[in-house]
Amino acid sequence: MFINDKVIKYGNNVDTDVIIPARYLNTSNESELAAHCFEDLDKDFIEKSKNRKIIVAGENFGCGSSREHAPISIKASGIKLIIAESFARIFFRNAINIGLPVIVNPEAANNINDGDNIEVDLDKGIIRDITTGKEFKTNPFPDFIQKIIEKGGYVNFIKAQKEK
Amino acid sequence: MSLKNNKPQTITQKILAYHCGKDYVEEGEIVNANVDLVLGNDITMPLAIGEFKKTGIKKVFDENKIAIVPDHFTPNKDIKSAEQSKLIRVFANEYNIKNYFEIGCMGIEHALIPEAGLAVPGGLIIGADSHTCTYGALGALSTGMGSTDIGMAMATGKTWFMVPKTIQFRFNGKLNPWVSGKDLILYVIGKIGVDGALYKSMEFTGSTIDNLSMDGRFTMANMAIEAGAKFGVFNVDIKTKEFLNSIGKNEKDYKIFKSDEDAKYEKIYDINASEIELLVAAPHLPSNIKKAKDLHDVKIDQVVIGSCTNGRFEDLKVANDIIAGNKVNKNIRVIIIPATQKIYLDALKAGFIENFIKAGCVVSTPTCGPCLGGHMGVLAEGEVAVSTTNRNFVGRMGHPKSEVYLAGPAVAAAAALTGRISIPQV
Repeated sequence: MFINDKVIKYGNNVDTDVIIPARYLNTSNESELAAHCFEDLDKDFIEKSKNRKIIVAGENFGCGSSREHAPISIKASGIKLIIAESFARIFFRNAINIGLPVIVNPEAANNINDGDNIEVDLDKGIIRDITTGKEFKTNPFPDFIQKIIEKGGYVNFIKAQKEK
Repeated sequence: MSLKNNKPQTITQKILAYHCGKDYVEEGEIVNANVDLVLGNDITMPLAIGEFKKTGIKKVFDENKIAIVPDHFTPNKDIKSAEQSKLIRVFANEYNIKNYFEIGCMGIEHALIPEAGLAVPGGLIIGADSHTCTYGALGALSTGMGSTDIGMAMATGKTWFMVPKTIQFRFNGKLNPWVSGKDLILYVIGKIGVDGALYKSMEFTGSTIDNLSMDGRFTMANMAIEAGAKFGVFNVDIKTKEFLNSIGKNEKDYKIFKSDEDAKYEKIYDINASEIELLVAAPHLPSNIKKAKDLHDVKIDQVVIGSCTNGRFEDLKVANDIIAGNKVNKNIRVIIIPATQKIYLDALKAGFIENFIKAGCVVSTPTCGPCLGGHMGVLAEGEVAVSTTNRNFVGRMGHPKSEVYLAGPAVAAAAALTGRISIPQV
């Protein structure tokens, strides 16, 4: 999989309460959730995400609540990929499970700037910052997680197991 | 319970090994484990049900091993919440879910599940709520996951784990007056940060912990997630057994695992608990720890005493000891939320509820409510709360420009009387 897009950059400890505030959790509707994504952190997110589809962030992205509404609202906003120094564990699982690609790469997260145009080859694990010319190599996921990604999410993975 | 393998293991490794039919699991290994309980609430369960149905699997793996607790926005705060609650109620009926808790017998899930005997030592529990880690207080392993993981576990009775490394926290020394489990866990989070135990298991031991009540241990395990942890776990001792006896569970109902003395820890912290004072976490991170006595200049608008962290009987008793016979500050609202119907009733019988009402507090039926800015005490722009809850992120209790100071029940109750962040004067 190949992703080429511009970056929206955030800092450390972006929590699930700012990704999707609980006051909007009385629905599971994807587009309703997307309408409020990052509302308390960045009022301009919806406008920015129209032509910037990659989020780059610092440490512990997605900390806090287990609400899957958080990665759902991000994915439904059109975001194609998140690169962070590290992810909170529940958010990481949730993103993998719903088929939102996430990459842990402290070097890339530190060096890529807001607004940079980057190119990511998910299969080869290469992140190229076209704006600055820098290149970063990512580590592959453990096999088991790679299998979930290949199936397009955890539900499909379980369905495939059932069919065996 | 001992496993056949002779390699030293932590309690975390042992419980995971037991649940995948092994004698030993290695840190970093990915295992597929059988779970004893799969839990969800009115916010996360609707999504989990949707994912469960996508599998095409017609029955849940075990009708007795799924718990559904509508606690976050209940009693339903608006029409949309009512629709979500209806969806899970209909599912519970249709799939014959035995542990569905309608609001009359409801409680905040992490206080209710142990009370209902659904979390016991040696168990492995997952829930679509990050504070599911609470049951580690009972020598179980429990952790929060998202709705898809929960939906798939409802279908299969299994889920995958990467076996975590363990950090041990040894507390020794006598606690200062009013200092509680909340202060101990805030101290730890302040020391290691909100990602200080990311992906790890936190193991709490030492003489201070031996003397700590079960309610205090639940508070500590509950906030392990606030340091990023997968699990927060305690050893089973006489206090655990007394609690289990009180809910009608005896040793044949559970399995006791214990870390081997030569088990491997990523790090060990030795903490002198007698040096820990009453603490608060200032906005907007649970790791932003200050001494409560240093913040007397902070004027507040609201106090909340409740939640899965601190809505238990002992918390209400501490609040009662400070509030009874006094009047709350006339400039602030004080909202007290017993975490379960049983706790509410016990507090009523003990006279706490009457004392709270006479002092000018609001007492609510169990709900997560204001903790996550849902209802029953949402903050306006610029308002400040002292709360016994677990998170103080931007917008957590309401307006993005409101502020939450996290504290234990003693500081919250003292603040209720003075209208400022305070320590008890009694």
